[in-house]
Amino acid sequence: MIEILKKSLKHSLPVFFGYIPLGFAFGIMLSEAGYNPVWAFFMALFIFAGTGQFLAVEFLAAGADIPQVILLTFLINFRHFFYGLSMIPKYKGMGIRKLYLMFGLTDETYALLNTTSVPEGMKKEDFYFAITLLNHSYWIMGCVLGATVGSLVNINFEGIDFVMTALFAVLVVEQWKTHKKHFPALLGFAVPIPALLLLGPDNFLIPTLIVVSVVLLCLQGRLTKGGDRL
Amino acid sequence: MIPFTQSLIIVIAAALTTAGVRYLPFVLFDHGKEPPKWIKYLGDVLPPAIMSVLIIYCLRNVNFLAGSRGIPELLCIAVAVLLHIWKRNVLLSICVSTVLYMILVQTIF
Repeated sequence: MIEILKKSLKHSLPVFFGYIPLGFAFGIMLSEAGYNPVWAFFMALFIFAGTGQFLAVEFLAAGADIPQVILLTFLINFRHFFYGLSMIPKYKGMGIRKLYLMFGLTDETYALLNTTSVPEGMKKEDFYFAITLLNHSYWIMGCVLGATVGSLVNINFEGIDFVMTALFAVLVVEQWKTHKKHFPALLGFAVPIPALLLLGPDNFLIPTLIVVSVVLLCLQGRLTKGGDRL
Repeated sequence: MIPFTQSLIIVIAAALTTAGVRYLPFVLFDHGKEPPKWIKYLGDVLPPAIMSVLIIYCLRNVNFLAGSRGIPELLCIAVAVLLHIWKRNVLLSICVSTVLYMILVQTIF
C-alpha cells in the first residue's frame, strides 16, 4: 500500500496545493468562531467538503436550525450526486473500498480521477483509492493546521469569513462561463433579494430555495429546448 | 457560542447529508437504471442558481443603510469577480479579495 501511495503522490500534488490553503482558511474561520482544532479534524474527516464546511461554520456561528442545515447542505452538494452518477461505471467491481470512494468524491477528486490515467502497472482500484485517501489527508492537514494557527497565533483575523463570499463570487463567474443560459444564475439573485427584505435574514433562505427549485422545474420545457429565450 | 450538543448535532447533520448526497446516485442507479430527465435537468440548472443565492446568503447581515453601508463587501466582491474573469485562478481571486477585505474592515471601516 505504501508503494501505491508513493506512486500516486505526484498525481495528487495539484490537489495538495489547493487543499492546504483552502483547508487553512476553513481552520482559521472555525477557530474565529470559537472551535478548537479537534473540531476541525473531525469535520474534515467526516464531512470532507470545502463549501459544505464553510457553510457549516456559518451554521455553527449562527446556531442554525437543523432543517436549514440539511436542506442547504443537500443543495450545495447536489452537484456531487452527478459526479456519482458519472462514476458508476468506473467504480464497478471495486469491492469494499467502493464505500470509501463514494464518500470521498469531492470536486477535486472527481476532476483528478477524470483527467488522470491510471499509472502503468497499477491496478485501477488501488490508484483510485490512493488518490482519494491522499486528497482526504491533505484536506485534514489543511483544516487542522488552520485551526491550530488560528488558536495559537494572536493575529487579528477579523474579516476572514469573507473567504466564503469570495468563493461563491468566483463560483458564480465559473458557472456563468460554463453555462450558455444565464436565467438560473439571474433567478438566483432575483428571488432571495425581495425574500430577504420581506422575511428578514433568519427566515428567507428556505422559502428562497423552494421557490427557485419550483420555478426552474416549471420552466424545464423552455430551458431545455434549443431556443435561447431564457 | 452555541452549546456543545447543538454544535455536535449541526456537524453530524452536515456530515450525514453530505455523505447521503454522495451515496444516493449509487443507491438509486447502480443497477443499470437510467436517471429520469428532470433530475439531469436540475443538475444542469440548479448549481448556477444556488451559487447566486449563496452570495446573497453571505450578505444577509450587511446593513446597507448604516455603518460601512456594505461598501467593503461590494468592493471586494467586484475585485474577486474581475480578477477571476481576468486570470481565472480560483485561489488567487479568493486570497486577494479576502486579504483586501480584512485590511478594509480592520483599518478603514
